[in-house]
Amino acid sequence: MHLTPRATQRIVFGALTAAMVLVIIPLIFVIGYIVVQGAGAISWEFLSGMPRNGMREGGILPAIVGTLFLTLGTAIFSVPIGIGGGIYLAEYAADTPLTRAIRLSIINLAGVPSVVYGLFGLGLFVLFLQFGTSILAGSLTLGILTLPVIISTSEEAIRSVPQSFRVVNAAVGGTKWQGIRRIVLPQALPGIITGVILGLERAAGETAPILFTVAAFFLPRLPHSIFDQTMALPYHLFVISTQVPSMPVQIQYGTALVLIVFVLSMNLTATLIRRHYRRRRQW
Amino acid sequence: METPAKIELQHVHFAYEDHEVLHDINLRIPPNQIFVLFGPAGSGKSTLLRLLNRLTDFSPEETHLQGKVLLDGQDIFAPDVDVTRLRQRAGMVFAKPVPLPLSIRDNITYGLTLGGRRDRSTLDETVERSLHAAALWDEVKDRLDDPGMALSGGQQQRLCLARTLALQPEVVLLDEPTSGLDPISTLQVEEALFQLRESVTFIVVPHSVQQAARVADRAAFLLMGELVEEGPADVLFTRPKDKRTEDYVTGRFG
Ligand SMILES: Nc1ncnc2c1ncn2[C@@H]1O[C@H](COP(=O)(O)OP(=O)(O)O)[C@@H](O)[C@H]1O
Ligand SMILES: [Mg+2]
Repeated sequence: MHLTPRATQRIVFGALTAAMVLVIIPLIFVIGYIVVQGAGAISWEFLSGMPRNGMREGGILPAIVGTLFLTLGTAIFSVPIGIGGGIYLAEYAADTPLTRAIRLSIINLAGVPSVVYGLFGLGLFVLFLQFGTSILAGSLTLGILTLPVIISTSEEAIRSVPQSFRVVNAAVGGTKWQGIRRIVLPQALPGIITGVILGLERAAGETAPILFTVAAFFLPRLPHSIFDQTMALPYHLFVISTQVPSMPVQIQYGTALVLIVFVLSMNLTATLIRRHYRRRRQW
Repeated sequence: METPAKIELQHVHFAYEDHEVLHDINLRIPPNQIFVLFGPAGSGKSTLLRLLNRLTDFSPEETHLQGKVLLDGQDIFAPDVDVTRLRQRAGMVFAKPVPLPLSIRDNITYGLTLGGRRDRSTLDETVERSLHAAALWDEVKDRLDDPGMALSGGQQQRLCLARTLALQPEVVLLDEPTSGLDPISTLQVEEALFQLRESVTFIVVPHSVQQAARVADRAAFLLMGELVEEGPADVLFTRPKDKRTEDYVTGRFG
């Protein structure tokens, strides 16, 4: 059979569109279902109150605050180190067996199941360093989980800045670091921010890494310090879906809805930031 | 007595890995005039130019240099040389204009602020002086805060010249600075060089023999890494001593 290029193009476009629809339709169904089932649960009391009656009534404030703190803590640990690592790999690391090993480790780390991070965090932070089951231990564990994403997206964003800017910087007497700080990083920033947010978004939704390191089953108060345990949205969702008998379905879906809105709004922020900078970028 | 050379090359051999591209170059470039370095593609003109402010340090390959490159009698490859200072004294304009992703004003002051200059009035003066010198002031004076990349190709190249001139360099190296420009922009850039040659040593790789003859005070003909002939422009372009130079300038090859 012989096809004209135009016909080939039609067929390929059609196949790609179908694939995209196949991906998007379940997503819309899932989100739509959660919204329909959970919207009724959303109220001021639900968002700002403590859980009551074995979590079957009241609100989920401790879980919301816990997830916020954990996300923030994750950012504090993983963002500076991750961006620093990206800069090092993109600008300074020579191609040696050592740096190749580092790169390989980062790629492999990104593929490690999150429960393994949880066990690692339990061993290192909770037990060995004696941070206990705490926000500190949980944030560090999530931080390690997030690092590979931030490092590789930062490295990629930095590499994509044209080499000619670095040469011009040198040609007018700039040091390597001056060029990085004043030209390369500002240009790489949208890519870096996107990577950071995507990494944190993943951390915010994870259950396994916080299971042994920070998450409390039922703790109807706000944390007092970084050495406190806390409830967190993903784990809370797991608990009320599987561990509590005669749990009102609406509360389950309401909690899921809050978690999804939290994660999607981070995603949206990343998209908006990227769009904002794309429009200003000139190369 | 001979005037001291601004730049002098003594028995310079230069190689990328084991591929030698400059063979035993000896050259004296006098100060404050336009010195043209011409020859067919691949002769090593860009390499020689980049050697003069050590942009060759940036080459991804291993490079090997023998011989001496002197600026005002000082070896620029000596271990105690401040490379940053060297690159400010000997600025470079590239074939393809590369404005930094900054405003017109910040493009010009970039090099100065790297050295820690913050004083607004000095910076503003520098912007105006450099843009005048590069024959760009009238076209951009009302939009100094626009991105440098929003300018046309010819304007971008003059912006890059202005950025180099802002550092008040003693030497300016230009590698086919007008190769991407229309004839009018080309003349504007050449005119800017003429205006400044009393106080700056220009070393220009032209994009054509015609341009070489148009702008040169002195010139050197480079062929396959060999310096064939060097001398005053009127001699080189009208009565060259070497047959190969004659063949090249009369267009018999190249
Ligand atoms: N970065 C580099 N690495 C390896 N070889 C190079 C590099 N730059 C130039 N060369 C080689 O050096 C020779 C001279 O190149 P170049 O200096 O660019 O000449 P021209 O500017 O006269 O065209 C050519 O053979 C070119 O392939
Ligand atoms: Mg060249």
